[in-house]
Amino acid sequence: MALNPEMNLVPLEEAAKQENWQACKKAYGAALLALAQERPEVVCLDADLANSTEGRRIRDAEDRAVARRFFDVGISEQDLVGTAAGFALAGKLPYANSFGVFLSGRAWDQIRVSVCYPNLKVRFGGPYGGITVGPDGSTHFAISDIALLRSLPNLNLVSAADAAQVAPLMRATVDVDGPVYIRMGRVPQPVITTAETPFEFGRIDLYREGHDLAVFATGHLVYYALVAAEELSRVQGVEAAVLNVSTIKPLDVETILEYADRCNHVATVEEHNVYGGLGGAVAEVLAENDPTPLKIIGVRDVFAESGEPDALLAKYGLDARGIYRQLTDFLDLPDNEGFSEPD
Amino acid sequence: MPEFPYPAPRFADDAEIAELARLLRCEIICMTHRAGSGHPGGSLSAVELVALLYTQVMRHDPADPERTDRDRFVLSKGHACPVLYAVLAHAGYFPAEELCELRRIGELLQGHPSVHIPGVDASTGSLGQGLSIANGMALAAKLDGTDQRVYCLLGDGELDEGQVWEAAMTAYHYKLDNLTAIVDRNGLQIDGDTEEVMSLEPLDEKWEAFGFHVIECDGHSLPELRAAFAEAQGVRERPVCLIADTHKGKGVSFMEDVADWHGKAPDEALFRKAIRELSGGEPYREACCLKYLENSLKGGGA
Repeated sequence: MALNPEMNLVPLEEAAKQENWQACKKAYGAALLALAQERPEVVCLDADLANSTEGRRIRDAEDRAVARRFFDVGISEQDLVGTAAGFALAGKLPYANSFGVFLSGRAWDQIRVSVCYPNLKVRFGGPYGGITVGPDGSTHFAISDIALLRSLPNLNLVSAADAAQVAPLMRATVDVDGPVYIRMGRVPQPVITTAETPFEFGRIDLYREGHDLAVFATGHLVYYALVAAEELSRVQGVEAAVLNVSTIKPLDVETILEYADRCNHVATVEEHNVYGGLGGAVAEVLAENDPTPLKIIGVRDVFAESGEPDALLAKYGLDARGIYRQLTDFLDLPDNEGFSEPD
Repeated sequence: MPEFPYPAPRFADDAEIAELARLLRCEIICMTHRAGSGHPGGSLSAVELVALLYTQVMRHDPADPERTDRDRFVLSKGHACPVLYAVLAHAGYFPAEELCELRRIGELLQGHPSVHIPGVDASTGSLGQGLSIANGMALAAKLDGTDQRVYCLLGDGELDEGQVWEAAMTAYHYKLDNLTAIVDRNGLQIDGDTEEVMSLEPLDEKWEAFGFHVIECDGHSLPELRAAFAEAQGVRERPVCLIADTHKGKGVSFMEDVADWHGKAPDEALFRKAIRELSGGEPYREACCLKYLENSLKGGGA
């Protein structure tokens, strides 16, 4: 089976070409600038990382009326979040940016009390999700952010599958009544969605049809899950449905149960600890409603290490080959036939 | 925009505010006693500050709590919410009877401030977060070119929190002269004297070093507080820190300067004693908890 034609996705062989890869954070900066130009209530806050989070696009905007809505608070993520809360209470629409690990970890209590409890319309730009942050190493990897954030009442959590999905995702959440955290990767990654790919906040989308296994993936591992699914089909004759979970909270329970019922085997794929992330969220849904065999693919509760992003994905079993191997193991299939040609 | 009902002319006389302060103290004692928990000590120390702010300093409108051009008050030391709730009730933000239901399930008034309560401008309670929120409000006012002012009340023990100093740097950096940080310098925190738990002094020099215009005054003296707020409004290009010297538990003899009364409600006997001290005759006529008080005190010889 091929990619779902209704989704107007980029063919996987096209997406694989490195010259086509793009970084989510670049798209975030461009989309944020467009939003700021359209909406005078948008303000942008950074904590000395505007050059990395792309908040600099607001800071350096040619239009002075836009540029003056940028505020740097220095290296102080807790103050960043609190200041954003104050802006929201005064009627502004703040986008507060920092690395995912610092926003979700260091400023977690500020997100909890200053933002989530009063249910303020604060948006968090959280690039540097996962381990593909790369050479900076474990201090800078966000592998617990989904777990930390989705346990907060009122918080909405979205995750971009690729750079092309960042703008639609930001537009779809701009008017959400409450806090929104936007999880993104750091480095250039394959782009599989297009301007014609349907997108809706709160909806899980089917990217590849299948009836033997349902794979729920998030972030740019959606691409790697699709490649693994193709290999499962080619080598094993197993057809895996692959679904993009771009909204992790609120979770599209209906679609999860629909595909669990259809496929009887479920896997999740994420660049996050196997505890408490997308896998945990899907496990909760299945356990409560329709117990179904489940494989959670992610970082297996370790602090990873410095390295190039692709090498890290390979070492921690999150590239297409790693996902494929874990899925064949899960389904009790012979595990050494796929990807026979080293890529 | 219509005129604001506050500042209210009838409170131009300090005697009126002093009477309100006495009433607020009665409410604080009554609320925490009835709730069986809460924080009377740090509420009582901030009574004059809060009473003056809400009657003579801030522009606000109890008939329209969400009015966008209002001044803002962030109670960073959220545990002192009994004093805030009491002044809001007396201004008319919500029915005074609500005060009797503090901390009760299904009722309006939460154990710490929540924006879901009419008149409460920020949700607080996890210490150290309020000044950042106040900064955001003050920055928004600057961005919009309004003359709105933001007041943030911090506990002195709360200054142990690092975020306060992050926010202090931001306030100076952005020249937030529409922001006044107020430190309720009652000298006590849960584990004891602030200088024994974690030294704060020289506190004025700390704030000055962070770029604030520092004003110190007696936090229970209405004339001194009036002068301090007037001075604060005249400062340009810098934020202001008002260090208000106060006494924890002020107005209740057995609570004054006793750290143990930080987070403890008075039992029946001490409640009666406190009310007797505060009453000076007929205290209950205007007190919100009148009904409860009358029932409770019936036959009690208070």
